[in-house]
Amino acid sequence: MDDSPRTVPPAAADIGVDPLSQGDLEIETYRVVRSDGSFAAERVPDLDNEAFRDFYRWMLLQRIYDERATKLQRRGRLGTIASGHGQEASIIGSGYALSRDDWIFPYGREAGALLLHGLSMRDLLLYWRGIEDASRMEGANVFGMAISIGSHIPLATGKAWGLELDGEDAIAFANLGDGATSTGAFHEGLNFAGVLGVPAVFFCQNNQYAISLPFDEQTNAETVAQKALAYGVDGIRVDGNDVLAVYNAVSTARERALEGAPVLVEAVTYRRSAHTTSDDPTRYRSGDEVDEWEERDPLARYRSFLEQTGRWDAIDEDAIREEVEAEFDEAVDAADAVEERGVEELFAYLHEEMPPELERQLEELRDLLEERPDTYEFIEQRPKG
Amino acid sequence: MNATIIDAINDALHAEMRNDDRTLVFGQDVAESGGVFRATDGLLAAFGSDRVLDTPLSEIAIVGSAVGLATHGFRPIAEIQFSGFLPPAFDQLVTNASRIRWRTRGELTAPMVVRTPYGAGVRALEHHSESLEGAYGHVPGLTVAIPSTPHDAKGMLISAIRDPDPVLFMEPKHVYRSLREDIPEGAYTEPLGEAAIRREGEDVTVVSWGAMMHKTLEAVDNLDGVDAEVIDLRTISPLDRETVTESVRKTGRCVVVHEAAKTGGFAGELVATINDEVLLYLEAPIERVTGFDIPVPLLSMEDYYVPHPPRIEEAITKTVSY
Ligand SMILES: Cc1ncc(C[n+]2csc(CCOP(=O)(O)OP(=O)(O)O)c2C)c(N)n1
Ligand SMILES: [Mg+2]
Repeated sequence: MDDSPRTVPPAAADIGVDPLSQGDLEIETYRVVRSDGSFAAERVPDLDNEAFRDFYRWMLLQRIYDERATKLQRRGRLGTIASGHGQEASIIGSGYALSRDDWIFPYGREAGALLLHGLSMRDLLLYWRGIEDASRMEGANVFGMAISIGSHIPLATGKAWGLELDGEDAIAFANLGDGATSTGAFHEGLNFAGVLGVPAVFFCQNNQYAISLPFDEQTNAETVAQKALAYGVDGIRVDGNDVLAVYNAVSTARERALEGAPVLVEAVTYRRSAHTTSDDPTRYRSGDEVDEWEERDPLARYRSFLEQTGRWDAIDEDAIREEVEAEFDEAVDAADAVEERGVEELFAYLHEEMPPELERQLEELRDLLEERPDTYEFIEQRPKG
Repeated sequence: MNATIIDAINDALHAEMRNDDRTLVFGQDVAESGGVFRATDGLLAAFGSDRVLDTPLSEIAIVGSAVGLATHGFRPIAEIQFSGFLPPAFDQLVTNASRIRWRTRGELTAPMVVRTPYGAGVRALEHHSESLEGAYGHVPGLTVAIPSTPHDAKGMLISAIRDPDPVLFMEPKHVYRSLREDIPEGAYTEPLGEAAIRREGEDVTVVSWGAMMHKTLEAVDNLDGVDAEVIDLRTISPLDRETVTESVRKTGRCVVVHEAAKTGGFAGELVATINDEVLLYLEAPIERVTGFDIPVPLLSMEDYYVPHPPRIEEAITKTVSY
């Protein structure tokens, strides 16, 4: 028998049900240096002058790296790349807060953090040239690039789990964008991290766009940080154009993660360049908006802090620039010097030991290249490796 | 109009959006920016934001909500930006889209299309180059269509949109803009589940689809003295067994060319079909020219992975001279 009503009367307001809704949460955005250059003295991290110079140096490096890598790409010497222009404070402030023992899970827009972590610039360029070998991320605790957005988030949970089981004093640090927070992998990875209480920090650079999609269409939630609560992990929202604030936020998150509370950090910033070298942002956003964010430039803001605190005079910007340009030149030369690879590279590493059928296929390819050298007419080795 | 494949897809979307106001187009970056390949360019302006929507970065929600909408009588046309990002949503295709009619004994149906560019050769990043049509073709209840020409792209997409069941529409992005031909104005259909004979011949049957179709035709043109019949399969599932077996009955020889990896690839199914139905007509073993059993290499060496005309020529020559 069907007893359910055909029509439902509206619920009365006085029955005491008060749903949780967006407005119930008030989330502070943590800052050290405000956009007008004034700063909260008690929040300035207790670091030596070398470190204060380093922040500037590395942000400048990120900027120069992006400019030069984009030029290389235009000349066909790199594949598609994603620039961190405008996000330098988020990238460097977070990278600087990590220990070399920590594991970074990158997704492609965080060159400076990876270089800070010990990756060679040559290898980073080789990766964007499409050279498999560079994915070894030799000499640095850096995982392979997560080109499939969000796919690395549960991996970071698992890595953190392993670090914890082994009693290591290190965290897993996942870089991600605002778009990644809409994937199933994000939800599952964070929830499980919360359940396990593993040393993981999920660092979301909310750069306001996922390709063309503005953040307010990515989610109906007002912030990324608030999502932390739903998974039972800690959340921090920080001004992502304030390098000292990001440094403090990630240092704090790292400490908490080591104590068993995973943290989701949202760094609020802006992607000033195109999404990648194959994107045309004029199709979906206004120049005014970009100009507005240019006024909140992370390097300029930090420089004003350095000037006010008497630290700027000791910094020779031209010298840093020259040094970084030279480093880039050297990295390009080193990348160009890498020898052309043989086809066996493509078949290696899929299995610990190559199965006979794969060996046969490799042999088939070798024979073909020998017997039909005209195959090379169809092989455009561009960009060269 | 004179159109590339991408123009033809765009034109088909415009035509069907006009014809049927229960159609919706959604996916990542399809509305405001018109799609990363511009396949959906102009739709937002023409049909408004209720019918043309940018979605969050959620493949599962894109495909899953398309199933929900379709069961409610809408005709969703979803885009997955690159087929390399379809795997999270594979669950929705397998678990729901492909079997909702079967599960509900015909009460609910999922007339929906998932469009997605696939294949190598555009020098993109990892996960932007795969060909997994064989895996999708393995899902009962899912139609997997792959056009190779502008004319078919438009006609087959319109058929897919009008189809009463879910269609995975895989677009060979390597040839998105490299071919042009004149196509009819307005809506027209090309049937799903029917292969096309691109070239008639007597000596050997060569079956291919997608971007490999054009490499195959190039190879056949290069071979003097071989009269090859070339079949564009056009639909992986349901498979047009008859066109393939009829041709092999005539030629007695067959080469299958696809870009996907060899093991478990769809060529295996074709070989088995020929074996089932026309084995005794064969005068030579069937050759397969496929990608290798490895992930598609990163951009600097991806061309080594893809079958090129010389390799196809070798296979045809071997079959013919057996
Ligand atoms: C699973 C998946 N879907 C789609 C894409 C295509 N894609 C590449 S980057 C991107 C947007 C990423 O946005 P966000 O996470 O905010 O990072 P941002 O690029 O802004 O740093 C999309 C949709 C992808 N790489 N992976
Ligand atoms: Mg973003």
